[in-house]
Amino acid sequence: MTDFFDSPANKSSLHTGMEARERLRARYRAEWMFKALGLGAIGVSVGFLLFLFTTIFMQGWPAFTHNFVALPLELNAQTLGDEGVISEESLSGADYDAIVRTAIREQFPEVSGRTAKRTLSGLISPGAPVLLREALLADPERRNAPNAITLPLSDFADLYLKGQISRSTYRTGEGELAIEVSETGVLISGADLAAGLESSGADGKISLSREMPSLLLYAGGGVFKLETLEGNLATARILSPLDAGETTKALDWQVRLIEVPEANRKFSDREIVWTDKLVERQLVQAKFNTLFFTRGASREPEMAGILGAVVGTALTLVVTLGLSFPLGVAAAVYLEEFAPRNRLTALVEVNINNLAAVPSIVFGLLGLAVFLTFFGMPRSAPLVGGMVLALMTLPTIIIASRAALRAVPPSIREAALGIGASKMQVVVHHVLPLAMPGILTGTIIGMAQALGETAPLLMIGMVAFVVDIPGGFTDPATVLPVQIFMWADFPEPAFQQRTSAAIMVLLAFLVVMNALAVVLRKQFERRW
Amino acid sequence: MLDQIKLETTNPGATSTALLPGTMTPANPKITARNVSVFYEQKQALFDVDLDVMPNEVLSLIGPSGCGKSSLLRCFNRMNDTIDVCRVTGNITLDGQDIYDRSIDVVELRARVGMVFQKPNPFPKSIFENVAYGPRIHGMTKDRDELEELVVSSLKRAGLFDEVADRLQDSGTSLSGGQQQRLCIARAIATRPEILLMDEPASALDPIATSIIEELIDELRQNYAIVIVTHSMQQAARVSQKTAFFHMGKLIEKGETEQIFTNPVDAKTQDYITGRIG
Ligand SMILES: Nc1ncnc2c1ncn2[C@@H]1O[C@H](COP(=O)(O)OP(=O)(O)OP(=O)(O)O)[C@@H](O)[C@H]1O
Ligand SMILES: [Mg+2]
Repeated sequence: MTDFFDSPANKSSLHTGMEARERLRARYRAEWMFKALGLGAIGVSVGFLLFLFTTIFMQGWPAFTHNFVALPLELNAQTLGDEGVISEESLSGADYDAIVRTAIREQFPEVSGRTAKRTLSGLISPGAPVLLREALLADPERRNAPNAITLPLSDFADLYLKGQISRSTYRTGEGELAIEVSETGVLISGADLAAGLESSGADGKISLSREMPSLLLYAGGGVFKLETLEGNLATARILSPLDAGETTKALDWQVRLIEVPEANRKFSDREIVWTDKLVERQLVQAKFNTLFFTRGASREPEMAGILGAVVGTALTLVVTLGLSFPLGVAAAVYLEEFAPRNRLTALVEVNINNLAAVPSIVFGLLGLAVFLTFFGMPRSAPLVGGMVLALMTLPTIIIASRAALRAVPPSIREAALGIGASKMQVVVHHVLPLAMPGILTGTIIGMAQALGETAPLLMIGMVAFVVDIPGGFTDPATVLPVQIFMWADFPEPAFQQRTSAAIMVLLAFLVVMNALAVVLRKQFERRW
Repeated sequence: MLDQIKLETTNPGATSTALLPGTMTPANPKITARNVSVFYEQKQALFDVDLDVMPNEVLSLIGPSGCGKSSLLRCFNRMNDTIDVCRVTGNITLDGQDIYDRSIDVVELRARVGMVFQKPNPFPKSIFENVAYGPRIHGMTKDRDELEELVVSSLKRAGLFDEVADRLQDSGTSLSGGQQQRLCIARAIATRPEILLMDEPASALDPIATSIIEELIDELRQNYAIVIVTHSMQQAARVSQKTAFFHMGKLIEKGETEQIFTNPVDAKTQDYITGRIG
């Protein structure tokens, strides 16, 4: 003992000398580095998360509103009734397609020709007649206030109004324009036309093709699409007729440049002008998009809703939780508290750990082979989906629960055993409540995994196009991630928005689930 | 040191069982241990111990740290069963019945043989629930009032009630170390066991609390048999009638407390009680 503790070198300067100071400084440096690294890591992950969320929010946000149009609909005994008498039956059988079509055509009496008329009707969503029928069947009295019934615009009209088709720039022209409408077309001339169009006038004759940005001239109450330009002379096509007669002189005129060429968009110049007219007549209103939250799948983006997938997800997760939580906890309790330590339990343990690492699609294949093919259970059903996901989450829950059980101090078990509690009582009264917060954390991780799972559900047919909201565990259904997957695959830009919006709904689902788990956990922690 | 102990052992209860009325013939031992050895994996912690615990007597186990006192104590209520690596050989009987026999129900055994652990281990539940737990699982009380009465009297006898009277719903783990120790004693006596095993029950207590516990032990002795592990020679001398001295897993000497402390046979015992080893 003497040689170490009594050596004089150690005596005075051991904790105060230069060397000691240097050691202390090194220690603080290491601590500072460690803190900085931790902060940096948190910063990077928060940054990525923010980036992800903002892009999703920016993309998905517009999908939460939609533009609706309130047309003066003809809702009377003639259109709705059966030989003039309105009944439940006649209401359900009426030709709502025709009612909607007539209403929109009445707005633009000048439109003629089959294609033009069809394009015009296309401004209103093809789902509008369905919604009109539903509205009247739910409350027949609404036919007395036809202006209060709003119908969704088509997805492209809606996108145009949200400014997502193209940017436009306007220029106000000066000087007088002469507009002559004839059989062959429209001739526009004016001393300041070239200046108004910002063209030099020296390029000779320019013809504006569909591959070029569109030039629209607003004059005399009409709208004209310019087709050729030569100096101060232009030919054009009528998009919207003049207020007065066939020839007019206009002092106020405006040129509008639509940057995206007509060939590159799904919404023609004509449709743009019609939509503008509807807005001008104050028939269009942007409203919260209830359709998105109350409807199932649809080929029409404006009619496609998330409710079917939300209900499908909820049903599936109920099955998953109902199976995997009790089974997982029971298995963990048995393995941790009761099972003898031998080769068999060691083997089971290894297998459970391996199962947690099995790719989820394998569980899907298993579900397909066993539940569908062998047991003949219904395809696309939340029941089967829930069972497959339960298989997948089971190992996660078992592993987390075992860790939570192991973390309960043995002294608690001894205390209870020591006053004569049976093994079962020790587990139920003491160990499980103490382990419950950890078990719940593991369960919520497992459920979150299940919530985001797509692959195994594709295998058992939950990718089906399900229009109806599922009403039970065996109804065909789809789930949120699969819905997102399907929408992401559709080319329509409105579906891209809905994809992001659906991701937001999925995230909200996750937040609600997590909040629930936190509340439950608090409940258990407060018990003592 | 020895004089001091001699003075303290003049306490009237501390002499012999024969003084108790109606027990002129020596009673049958409550617990007998024959050839008891304890192994942790390959390491032997206790070597062939023979020991009796008599009814209405306090037996104290003394010896240096790590000599196997707790290991022996834990054999008496089969607490060692819960340690996977622990193996017990030999024969232990309770009222003449082998406690390692297949017909013995450990749950019943542990209800009959109560234990206060070396480390205080209150449940992370309320103080009330801690004490009420035993009576509740054994169905010892008819209604809530009776249960409350039992809890309060147990806490009183453990000398804790005055300190916690107005916070019975607080967590048992929020108490101080010494309070937790007394809570564990209250919890152990609330199930009214026939034998009480106490592993250093006063290690964290001040002299006043210690004397309350010692009075409790003396009082409990009227109905129970008690085995107590202690590192305090004075305490052993004050509360016990029999003492057993252990050293490195071997039972060195056992006998009347007075004899052990005044006239030990073995030199090691002599060294230990005079503070020369340990
Ligand atoms: N769970 C265990 N696993 C392995 N060895 C153990 C275990 N418990 C006790 N031992 C060993 O058994 C021997 C006796 O321990 P025991 O706890 O009985 O001592 P003790 O006399 O109670 O000591 P102390 O007075 O310090 O409490 C020690 O050497 C110890 O290392
Ligand atoms: Mg000990």
